[in-house]
Amino acid sequence: MKIRAKEDPNVKLNMTSMIDIVFQLLVFFIMTFKIVEMEGDFNVRMPLAAEETNVIEEVLPDLITVRLKVGAEGVIAGIDVDNGVDGDSFFENDMYTKLTDFVERTIDAEGDPSEAIETEVEFDIDYDLKYSYTVKAIESVSGKVVDKQIKKLIEKIKFKDNSQQGE
Amino acid sequence: MKFRKKNSSEIMEADLTPMIDVTFLLIAFFMVLINFTEVDRAEEILLPKSRLAIPPTVRPDYQVILNLDVNGVVKFGGQDFTNIDLLDSALEREKSAAQIENVQPRDISVIIRSHQDTPTGLVQKLISKCQQLGLENFSLRVKEQINN
Repeated sequence: MKIRAKEDPNVKLNMTSMIDIVFQLLVFFIMTFKIVEMEGDFNVRMPLAAEETNVIEEVLPDLITVRLKVGAEGVIAGIDVDNGVDGDSFFENDMYTKLTDFVERTIDAEGDPSEAIETEVEFDIDYDLKYSYTVKAIESVSGKVVDKQIKKLIEKIKFKDNSQQGE
Repeated sequence: MKFRKKNSSEIMEADLTPMIDVTFLLIAFFMVLINFTEVDRAEEILLPKSRLAIPPTVRPDYQVILNLDVNGVVKFGGQDFTNIDLLDSALEREKSAAQIENVQPRDISVIIRSHQDTPTGLVQKLISKCQQLGLENFSLRVKEQINN
């Protein structure tokens, strides 16, 4: 006589422990989740100035000097600009826009756009000026937004070392 | 005649498959989004905002992230340096570590994350400290402001 093993058609896995762990994981990831705003960079290449090099005067790239003056409580008071040919001072609320316009005028005067890239901006910043104003000035010389497109202006930026002022 | 109510001994089980599916999807979503590089960032530092700063697309060969708070305390590698002048040994260590990976000091990318209210003079002091040690490639990190 043939004995047939009876198969139980309702074999079910016990899912409880897996669901427990899955929920634990889910809670962990939800708790540690944080929306991070994107961050970007302004690149500044600043080698230490070579001391007393006897290099014969080379043709130096055009230099725009931007001086950021501090007022009360670290707030910006004004901007002086000088590109070697002419200079200006800006004090009003739209000083950053005027700074951008000045830089753009200087670059346009170069004629050749490839040379414009070579134009350099040196920032001379008062020690106590809050960093956010400095960044705004760097932004103003780096480019501007035209019709939701970024127009690049200056790529070479350096700082005059004023770190001794606070001592 | 006595009718006996049939007592069902079987446990009622709901179909858990869709719930498990969704739960796994959620886990996958959060796992992908979790960012463990946060350790380099000091949360109390509020970065200035800018519309022109573009998030870096390529990670530099070797990067050093220096967090500078409003009082001039530098947070670097999990340590707090109350004075910028105390950074020498830590930066020297980074230089040696970079050289092991064949990265020259001038190619080390120094990322400065400074609080928006920090006096700019302190940022310059930090930059000149790095310059003295041969570092020259700096990135001023800011928060991206979405264009309107």
